[in-house]
Amino acid sequence: MSWLPEASGHATRVDVLLAGLLLISLAVLGLVFGLMVLNIIRFRVGSGVPVSHEAVVHKSWGFEIGWTVATLVIFFALFIWAARLYVVGFQPPSGAIQIYVTGRQWMWKVQYPGGQREINALHVPLGRPVQLLMTSEDVIHDFSIPVLRIKHDVLPGRYQSLWFIATRPGSFRFYCTQFCGIGHSRMTGTLVVLSSTEYADWLDHTPASGSLATAGEMLFIHNGCSGCHVSGRYAPDAQDTSRAPSMVGLYGSLVPGPDGRPVRVDGGFLHDAILHVGPARTPQANYTTTMPSFRGVLGEDDLAALVAYIQTLSPSVPAGMGAAAVTARDGG
Amino acid sequence: MSMAPMADSANGYLWQDGTLRSWLLTTDHKRIALLYMASITAFFILGGVGAALIRLQLLVPAGAILSDETYSRMFTLHGVVMVWLFLVPSIPVTLGNFLVPLMLGARDLAFPRLNLLSWYLFVMAGMLVVYGLFRGGLETGWTFYTPLSTDYTQGHVLPVVAGVFLSGFSSIATGVNFIISIHQLRAPGMTWYRLPLMLWALYATSVIFVLATPVLSITLVLLAFEHFFHVGVFDPALGGDPLLFQHLFWFYSHPAVYIMILPGMGVISEVVSTFCHKPVFGYRFVAWSSISIASIGFLVWGHHMFVAGTSLYAAVVFSMLSFLVSVPSAIKVFNWLGTMHGGAIRLDAPMLYAMGFIGLFTVGGLTGLFLASLASDVHLTQTYFVVAHFHYIMVGGMVSAYFAGLHYWWPKITGRMYPEMWGRTAAGLLFFGFNLTFFPQFLLGYEGMPRRYATYPAQFQVLNVLSSAGASILALAYILPLVYFAWSLLRGARASDNPWQATGLEWRTSSPPPTENFAHVPVVNHDAYDYAALDQANRAASQEPPHA
Repeated sequence: MSWLPEASGHATRVDVLLAGLLLISLAVLGLVFGLMVLNIIRFRVGSGVPVSHEAVVHKSWGFEIGWTVATLVIFFALFIWAARLYVVGFQPPSGAIQIYVTGRQWMWKVQYPGGQREINALHVPLGRPVQLLMTSEDVIHDFSIPVLRIKHDVLPGRYQSLWFIATRPGSFRFYCTQFCGIGHSRMTGTLVVLSSTEYADWLDHTPASGSLATAGEMLFIHNGCSGCHVSGRYAPDAQDTSRAPSMVGLYGSLVPGPDGRPVRVDGGFLHDAILHVGPARTPQANYTTTMPSFRGVLGEDDLAALVAYIQTLSPSVPAGMGAAAVTARDGG
Repeated sequence: MSMAPMADSANGYLWQDGTLRSWLLTTDHKRIALLYMASITAFFILGGVGAALIRLQLLVPAGAILSDETYSRMFTLHGVVMVWLFLVPSIPVTLGNFLVPLMLGARDLAFPRLNLLSWYLFVMAGMLVVYGLFRGGLETGWTFYTPLSTDYTQGHVLPVVAGVFLSGFSSIATGVNFIISIHQLRAPGMTWYRLPLMLWALYATSVIFVLATPVLSITLVLLAFEHFFHVGVFDPALGGDPLLFQHLFWFYSHPAVYIMILPGMGVISEVVSTFCHKPVFGYRFVAWSSISIASIGFLVWGHHMFVAGTSLYAAVVFSMLSFLVSVPSAIKVFNWLGTMHGGAIRLDAPMLYAMGFIGLFTVGGLTGLFLASLASDVHLTQTYFVVAHFHYIMVGGMVSAYFAGLHYWWPKITGRMYPEMWGRTAAGLLFFGFNLTFFPQFLLGYEGMPRRYATYPAQFQVLNVLSSAGASILALAYILPLVYFAWSLLRGARASDNPWQATGLEWRTSSPPPTENFAHVPVVNHDAYDYAALDQANRAASQEPPHA
């Protein structure tokens, strides 16, 4: 059995943290077992050491405060160390390649910006930031990549984000780690980390049904979105913004949220707005029409495409924008 | 047996009226404790069979004996039965039921009939769960996460959830009974700071019973509503929030972890003090650490959800609180070690189990730090690391403590001694078998093996085989006491009233105690664990001719 490799800088940093935790644990265990054995050797009945009842009893406060404070200090240091490393997961770099991952009983569907799709496999380039935007079509799953030391639950009806920079080429396993029914243990796949040229080559040779955004554009027209929302491209379609907000420049902008405070429009926001779910749905402001919910009409694949399309209408906003807000807000 | 039976053991609660009716309608806390003991032993065996099948299955990467479906149902059975029908009730309803009035110097609990009712509720709960599991079971895991449990399961959710719901009422009844008894029924002179630490621990446990269990009950009702009437609470397709279920579930189930471990800590304080013949070091710290564990324990549920999609700020706060809740546990461990220092240590079976507890609980606690730390939790959570961690607490800790308590109070409960050599052997086997079973699972978790997998990649096989081998030793360590306890009940040497030279009030009455516990209301003039006074009384008694 070979030791689990580290395939990113983050993985190495997590391993250093684990080593720190292990060292502290071994020290404490040594102390506990050492004292237990020493006590038994010295104070066992028949060991010949005279017993004095009162010797220690009255000194207890000093000991109590001493070991309580020592424990608190060590624990607080560990807490800070581990929390700083965790915060990074909420801050994806801008310009990350966005890959859509959809879980369902019992398989992973992966969609690339160029329209490539695959099942139970994820191809990424070496040394470039990759952001996974993940959702589920049924129950809660979890996308776990041990070599990168990251995982995140994948929930129905909302986007969750994971990001990483793989630094080690090769094929590694990923797993579903949230129990999702009887096929749970079959819901695994392979992460393939390729060099930039190999990755470009792989993208070229993987059949694509047009780019994700192109597919989204088709859906935008076929589902009647373009009848109300200005998208700036289609002469016969909506040109005035009295019926519904314009999609041009919407992605990445700030809009008033349900509680009046501004909310940043990101992938999760658009997803929720189309389905009429989630806490951040925009109030029906002063528009002359009310948008119907597309829940049950559009699947997660379609939604991913639509979100990708609407992003292209805000060309100045980098792709990785606002993913921190996706995850942070969803918990709210 | 050469020894003549003592006069009062014939009159003890155990043999006074042997009819089935007198047992089933008894309001004697001691008999109810034994009714409970018989029931939870049966459930422990059932859950143990589930565990054995799980470990058999995982001998081979492709799964040795069970289909994916049966495997899922098997670990659900193991989890549900072990958590709700064994671990949660275990020490409180058996040893606690037996000991609370005796340690207080009372005749019975405050509400004897409520006590009997709690047992009937528990038995009905157990029947419902067993019915559901044997009608085909369900494949949700013991955590019942939505929407898997509401919309996507073919299993028998209703009877199992109804059973767990009902067992909650049994817990609440026991909790209320203990709280009121400890407030109201203390013997003259028994002040709060003279209470044995077992009672502080059971008091803290009871508070959790009463405050946390209703949340679980409400959650299960909501779950049933969604499953049967499609009321949207948790399912996003119906406008619900799947994370809401996890919040509510863990708001009960994390405090429930302390329900499972606090009584064990109480037992260990009693046993360590007795077998060191020395007062517990830092009595007030140990007492209040139980209360602080129970209180802070309500504020850490979010650490089960660091990768579930809660906010960054929630995760950071819950991580900090999780570190905080482990401080009082550390205080207890250090105080037990302090108790041993300068004592007169005897290594009888209860003490061996207690030392096993201290070691295994410490490992469980330290690995808990790996999971309270945010970045390392992301890697380790939902893997075998978590399985190993909580088994170190629940089995290494709680089951060791339960066995420590059973051996320690066995002479009081039955009036008979257990065979000491076999007791020590079983304690050693438990420690060895347990470590062999669960230590490899820490490594499996680090390597990334997810929990609840019916099949697994071949690279994990060696560690899985080790773990299964350990499980067979562990099984032996459980069967052995079952055999010699049964033997002891009929053939064991007669026990004296205070065979361990312990200080609690329960040792001042006969073994087994009479139905009314004490011939006269005891009066307490000493702190708990006042061995100097006990030794003095013993010396005085041995100098006087025994004619009184």
